[in-house]
Amino acid sequence: MKVLVPVKRVIDYNVKVRVKADQSGVDLANVKMSMNPFDEIAVEQAVRMKEAGTVTEVVAVTLGAEQSQETLRTALAMGADRAIHVVHDGELEPLAVAKMLAKLVEEESPDMVILGKQAIDDDANQTGQILSGLLGWSQGTFVSKVEASDGGVKVTREVDAGLETVALKMPAILTVDLRLNEPRYASLPNIMKARKKEIAKKTPEELGVDTAPRLTIVKVEEPPKRQGGAKVGSVEELVSKLHNDVGVI
Amino acid sequence: MAILVYADHNNAELSTATLNAVTAANEMGGDVTVLVAGDGCDAVAAAAAKVAGVSKVLVAQDAALKDHLAENVAPLIAGMASGYSHIVAPATTNGKNIMPRAAALLDIQQVSDITEVVSPDTFVRPIYAGNAMATVQSTDAIKMVTVRSTSFDPAAEEGGSAAVEAVGGAADAGLSSFEGAALSDNERPELTTARVVISGGRGMQSGDNFAMLEEVADLLGAAVGASRAAVDAGYVPNDYQVGQTGKVVAPELYIAVGISGAIQHLAGMKDSKVIACINKDEEAPIFQVADLGLVADLFEAVPALKAELEKQGIQAR
Ligand SMILES: Cc1cc2nc3c(=O)[nH]c(=O)nc-3n(C[C@H](O)[C@H](O)[C@H](O)COP(=O)(O)OP(=O)(O)OC[C@H]3O[C@@H](n4cnc5c(N)ncnc54)[C@H](O)[C@@H]3O)c2cc1C
Repeated sequence: MKVLVPVKRVIDYNVKVRVKADQSGVDLANVKMSMNPFDEIAVEQAVRMKEAGTVTEVVAVTLGAEQSQETLRTALAMGADRAIHVVHDGELEPLAVAKMLAKLVEEESPDMVILGKQAIDDDANQTGQILSGLLGWSQGTFVSKVEASDGGVKVTREVDAGLETVALKMPAILTVDLRLNEPRYASLPNIMKARKKEIAKKTPEELGVDTAPRLTIVKVEEPPKRQGGAKVGSVEELVSKLHNDVGVI
Repeated sequence: MAILVYADHNNAELSTATLNAVTAANEMGGDVTVLVAGDGCDAVAAAAAKVAGVSKVLVAQDAALKDHLAENVAPLIAGMASGYSHIVAPATTNGKNIMPRAAALLDIQQVSDITEVVSPDTFVRPIYAGNAMATVQSTDAIKMVTVRSTSFDPAAEEGGSAAVEAVGGAADAGLSSFEGAALSDNERPELTTARVVISGGRGMQSGDNFAMLEEVADLLGAAVGASRAAVDAGYVPNDYQVGQTGKVVAPELYIAVGISGAIQHLAGMKDSKVIACINKDEEAPIFQVADLGLVADLFEAVPALKAELEKQGIQAR
């Protein structure tokens, strides 16, 4: 079985995001960038399936600017076999990304695509679902457990009311949630080895996908600031303030 | 213009999040039609028909629709899309699962998790865990939108008298099958709609210690939530998680206990009206957003809180 794992380069989850003064977006100059945390979980899942012998090849894919290659190197160091980089400067919306992934699926014929459930920059939570729709494949979203089941795969999904189990026919799309696994850190020897692994380059034009955005960004603003910071000295004072002053209890 | 709202429900009850989505749809302007897709869900359709601001209810009933499988529901939505200017769903796990798949079938770029309707084609949505708010304008012919519940008041459950119409077109795509659910049986108010929420973090140290929070919750009629760290550690089930990747809550009062206040947690609760916290580390970031911060050991402060509430005779509203 062959698995495709799309990964995205995003602002590191520890970085405090700053909105640009001209309201055109957030400031990404000189900030730490990393692989989207959910995508690390996706790579880890694919690599574990390879280690368990159910998967023969793990192909990492990214779509983005030249520097996104670093993210592919991370995936390769974690254990992906090879990588594909669709080079594109500027924003890509989930629909365009999914269309390009669908083309790569046609070329690569994987049995499964494993994605993060959302990217922590645009927080859209769409790409996996769109890709399944475009391909007409089964979809298991927000997955916290994956088991093989006769001819297909059984997934546990984290839903609003608890957990749900769904059986998926192959080929399948999975989008992974935080509790599926704890991604490994790549070891130094594996980082060195990853430098020699192949990264094939492509462009959206070669894939024949129109990447023109459908959404116009009118402006990006800071959220309203909360005036916090007030302290109380005791439990009695806390209850008294909540009850008498703000009246919420 | 007509707007289609996908109803989230469990075949017995209409979810509150659907009421919030109806409000958002009405702000977009147009007659609101609610689609109830399920099986044995007549009660849900009847409830939807009574909601203020709903002009029509379409009910699609089929075994293939019972469990909200995206592979079966998305084609149904896509198939009826052409008569509508907008397709709207609550940003619940069902909405998030189904809508982008329907959007793919229609070649539409969905707008996720909106917090404001600026005009019929322009919406505000949080990005970067709510550290920035983007105003985006959709150029697609049909706007597909999911709605953040806490940002819109629920539409009134009574007051409407919409016609209910059965629709066909449901089919089993044969791609996936529902095997079962492990739902937390919880007698307390639902996290996303509760007036008061008390959440515990890693500082709680164990699942058993959450009993302390539950006792306070019972006195206040509150829901109990948690940080990711508390869920990851197995103290409480996943559906307790509040944050960027969990549930978004905006109660009248949010009490964070033994939670440091990471940006991913704040993303899910910083729109609460009043935030109180109990943390022994006065440097913890949660204090920066708290209106009432108490620097204390939670193992003393929480039992003391319960005792004080009892002493003052404070009861759930
Ligand atoms: C992609 C991604 C998504 C995430 N999504 C979410 C999300 O949706 N929700 C979420 O919550 N997190 C999320 N996180 C995790 C987040 O970054 C933090 O790790 C997490 O919120 C920390 O939980 P915590 O505050 O309970 O634990 P900690 O940060 O360990 O804080 C524990 C706090 O308890 C206090 N404490 C300890 N003992 C006591 C005591 N006896 N009395 C009083 N106080 C005490 C400590 O002072 C400390 O402040 C996400 C992370 C990533 C990378």
